[in-house]
Amino acid sequence: MQHMMKSKRINGFIATVTAVLAAFFFSLTASAQLEIDITKGNAEPTLIAIPDFLSAHTETDRIAKDMARVISDDLERSGLFDALNHDLFIEKQTDINYQPRFADWRLIKARALVSGRIVRESANRLKVEFRLWDIYGGTQLDGIRFATTPDNWRRIAHKVSDAIYKRLTGEAGYFDSRIVYVAESGPKTNRRKQLAIMDQDGANSQTLLAGADLVLTPRFAPSAQQITYLSWETGTSQVYLLDIETGRRELLGNFPNMTLAPRFSPDGQSLIFSMIKRGNSDVYVMDLRARSTRRLTTNSAIDVSPSFSPDGKKIVFNSDRGGTPQLYTMNADGSNVKRISFGEGRYTAPNWSPRGDLIAFTNSHHGRFHIGVINAQTGRAERMLTDSYLDEGPTWSPNGRVILFTRGTRGIRGHSEIWSIDLTGKNLRKVATPGDASDPAWSPILP
Amino acid sequence: MNEKMKYAFLGAMIFALSACASTPKDMSAANTDQQIIPPVVTRPAPITPVVRAPVRELSAVPLGPLPGTVDDFKYTSGEDRIYFAYNQYDLVPVARDVLRRQAQWLNMYPSAILIVGGNADERGTREYNLALGARRADAVKAFLVSQGVAPGRITTVSYGKERPIDGGSNEAAWALNRNAHSSVLIGGNS
Repeated sequence: MQHMMKSKRINGFIATVTAVLAAFFFSLTASAQLEIDITKGNAEPTLIAIPDFLSAHTETDRIAKDMARVISDDLERSGLFDALNHDLFIEKQTDINYQPRFADWRLIKARALVSGRIVRESANRLKVEFRLWDIYGGTQLDGIRFATTPDNWRRIAHKVSDAIYKRLTGEAGYFDSRIVYVAESGPKTNRRKQLAIMDQDGANSQTLLAGADLVLTPRFAPSAQQITYLSWETGTSQVYLLDIETGRRELLGNFPNMTLAPRFSPDGQSLIFSMIKRGNSDVYVMDLRARSTRRLTTNSAIDVSPSFSPDGKKIVFNSDRGGTPQLYTMNADGSNVKRISFGEGRYTAPNWSPRGDLIAFTNSHHGRFHIGVINAQTGRAERMLTDSYLDEGPTWSPNGRVILFTRGTRGIRGHSEIWSIDLTGKNLRKVATPGDASDPAWSPILP
Repeated sequence: MNEKMKYAFLGAMIFALSACASTPKDMSAANTDQQIIPPVVTRPAPITPVVRAPVRELSAVPLGPLPGTVDDFKYTSGEDRIYFAYNQYDLVPVARDVLRRQAQWLNMYPSAILIVGGNADERGTREYNLALGARRADAVKAFLVSQGVAPGRITTVSYGKERPIDGGSNEAAWALNRNAHSSVLIGGNS
């Protein structure tokens, strides 16, 4: 039995969400409990049944259907699940507070069942409940009730997906999150680039900044409320901060030089970036409260694309000090610089995994580009996950299982797209965006 | 060949043509009158072969852009872009020649200021290419300064791979896109 209640206020266009781990019975005694091993790349997706949520009010009928669809899509996109066609369902539940007829679900080979309902408490307040059943074990695996405003139903659906993913894989989910990216339009020789944001599943895409100036490489703060990005607004490239709720924009520092490649530290208190002096780029860190800047590298080679380890103690960056662009790590104070990439070709655009064990990167070799991962400590166990004309700029899902990156296609009419790949190297997918898109950055799980 | 000579040729040609046109006169009149005309000794017109000077060549000689203008900078320097090898930022001899002419022009018009934009081709990742573009722009600036241009007149900026001049994905396009572009601003209102 677990009785836990937490309540968090989320500002801005996200309304208040209250998640209550309900006092539903929680039996963990079943022997053949359903578990999914996500480290294997899972050749066989788990069959899961997600009927439309029950709705006792015509006002919520639509949401009840849509929620089931959003949850199915989330889980299917992970590559770990196959959502069964609703036409196959034998049992039609009318009350989720009764145990399902497991035999009916076994008959259609469902391994898990998600049954949910929506209770309309008032015109702008809903309660959403769901239960996750292990069909073969004959047990309930999870049961959660959320309360929210009707316009926030998508986030609740993603939270349900996250709960299912976590219960069945043992790892945190990543569905209630967003992606900030660069929306592109126009011909290659006169490209227009604007900052945009969307939900992790591509829904709710909207422009964040509709200026005419070139903007690149947006990245989230750990709060998910602020981003840092590059803009040529002043004529040269400079690092900016943008509060995505208030729209408040700030030029970081007043450097006479080009600044680029910004990323937040894991605690959100500082920003790491490169500054160019006399053509030479070095890595700097700025304390965002004190606004003091410290130089971390002093090499005469290109030092760019710094990224913190999740504990904030180390930094991986890109340098061509050895003749070709390679990956190096150093302590957060700039000491103990160590090369960690030793494979063939050029290594650029590193990004430290939120789990800390791996570093994702871009490798180019013989005219092909790859997204790969490497052991952060040893630089060994290198694996290339993708291969194309131009893959670049990996960004991690909040749980470190999925990588998004930019894929460019060849030629004068070449496109720029966002793709995703699992850490296993499987489940390569194009992420739906309204138009051409690049430089994705994944947010943490939303608060 | 100067203008006078061209006009002399034209004159000679017109004379020759009109002389030809007047020769087949009325012969009968000449026969009946039998007048004796004393021979007039004239120096035969020099029979230098009439060069059929193309009229086109005489009509318009382009003057070139007004000296000291933005157009004149490119015209006089021959190029406002210099090009680099793959992943390189050192200046090849051809680029140095162009930059020497750019420097001469800049030294002639000290009120002009210069923005050097460094560019890279698409076969590199975004941030690395921004750093590479900055190196290229700076290489141009350093060379111009070595040629006597005051460093304060030159601003550098990198666009990485964001401003290709050729959208293609082939060697020729990439070669064009690895460049540093010099753009001058005249006067202080920019």
